Amino acid sequence: MDHSGISVLFEGTNFQRLLGGLWVTVRIAAVALIIGLILGIMLGVLRTFKNRPLRVILRLYLEFFRIVPTVVLLFLFYYILPRQMNFNLPGDQLATLVFALWVAAEMSDIVRGALISVPQHQKESGKAIGLNRYQLYRYVLIPQAISLEIPATINLATRVIKTTSLLMLISVMDVINIGQQIIEANNHSHPTGVFWVYGLIFLFYFLIDYPLSWWAKRLEKKRLERANG
Amino acid sequence: MKKRSLTRLIAVVSVFATLLLVLAGCGNSKKSSSQSNNPSSVQQIKKNGTIRIAVFGDLPPYGWVNKDGKRVGYDVTLAHRVAKDLGVKVKFVQVNANNRVDALNSNKVDLVLANFTVTPERKQVIDFAKPYMKVSVGVVSPKSKPITSASQLKGKNVIVTKGTTAENYFTSKQQNVKLLKFDSKTQQFNALKNGRGVALADDNSYLYAWSKNNPKYTVGIKSIGPKSYISPAVKKGNKSLLNWTNKEINKLTKESFFVKDYNSQLKPYFGKEVKPSDIVLPVK
Repeated sequence: MDHSGISVLFEGTNFQRLLGGLWVTVRIAAVALIIGLILGIMLGVLRTFKNRPLRVILRLYLEFFRIVPTVVLLFLFYYILPRQMNFNLPGDQLATLVFALWVAAEMSDIVRGALISVPQHQKESGKAIGLNRYQLYRYVLIPQAISLEIPATINLATRVIKTTSLLMLISVMDVINIGQQIIEANNHSHPTGVFWVYGLIFLFYFLIDYPLSWWAKRLEKKRLERANG
Repeated sequence: MKKRSLTRLIAVVSVFATLLLVLAGCGNSKKSSSQSNNPSSVQQIKKNGTIRIAVFGDLPPYGWVNKDGKRVGYDVTLAHRVAKDLGVKVKFVQVNANNRVDALNSNKVDLVLANFTVTPERKQVIDFAKPYMKVSVGVVSPKSKPITSASQLKGKNVIVTKGTTAENYFTSKQQNVKLLKFDSKTQQFNALKNGRGVALADDNSYLYAWSKNNPKYTVGIKSIGPKSYISPAVKKGNKSLLNWTNKEINKLTKESFFVKDYNSQLKPYFGKEVKPSDIVLPVK
């Protein structure tokens, strides 16, 4: 086992460093998700209103963040905006901001979709008993929309976590970046280290993402059971 | 009426929330930039007490991270010395080959010490100080199928890293060679090992080191294209730090700091065929 690549993982502080990188990854994803979800729900509700200019603006916002690849967004915010507009943030805060804006855009579409798929008669019944717009959303539409949107939201969360692997491009010391440092530092003494380091990173991502997607599946199943009796 | 005002309220609140997110960032930067027009001048660096230096994190023996999580290497030793002579702390920012220029121009770092080769194209967008190393492009290939002359590369796949001198040279001077471009050193060597190209082009000193540790490969072409130099780089127009760095390089060359740096950081990595004088510049 002397020259087996697996020893690379446990040499010196390598393992702690990988865990530290994972923490950076998780922290950025978590903060971005929290901010993005809150903002996204507000934007999603606004998108169901009949105000045309508002809907056009929000639609443009959604399409911009959905169409432009995340790599390009990161580059744009990290390298190009600072030069043009004197807008300078450290890499990890900037990454959180970009991801939050992206999550908000995607989330607004999920929320809008869920809100308009609540059966029309529910809305009409609400109006019939004299609820105003706020009450209608608060007591009728949003509670019913939540169960519709949760699985899609969790899927969005897993996508965000996976996409954090792009952060190495803007000098954020995430788990992939640290993995590459370790691989390069040990490349000559342990050529098979690549396999083990990436294997461990795979395991990390899997351990975070799999429970989430399992949870999403379970919620979806429960919802169907409830809906169909 | 009630409904309307509520709609408006929600609209205003969310628009403000979005704006706040964006402006929070702007506000910060305005504060820092109003202190001085040049956030990377020597005076400003001394005032801040830290110099931000861009280094590689995956390029042994120039800039890499050892098993204790410490940044080490030829460039890193120089970076520590520069910070010491300025009397400030050093903050390292890890970069890739193709974002070194952007890191400077968008004020992410004050100085780049990341094996940065001087080229006319780069000189137009950033300022280089005096060189502290010399290299040229080399080509490494498997020993079983060695490439020893440029003519053997015609129409074949050659692996390079984006933004390197090697990519530049082959794109402009050897247009009949097909290039496979990668984002990092890790990726380019994996591609060579997986046989995605017949050879890999990069700075020769770096390839000497790599082939010493990968005995199945040989640097078949030791030097192709013009000789080039490696220099510290600063943002275009940052005269203050540029002049200081030039003086520093002169001083360090005279006290043979670079030979010592070579012996401690590079020698263990290079084969016997490489001598300090192949890498370090002589005292003028």
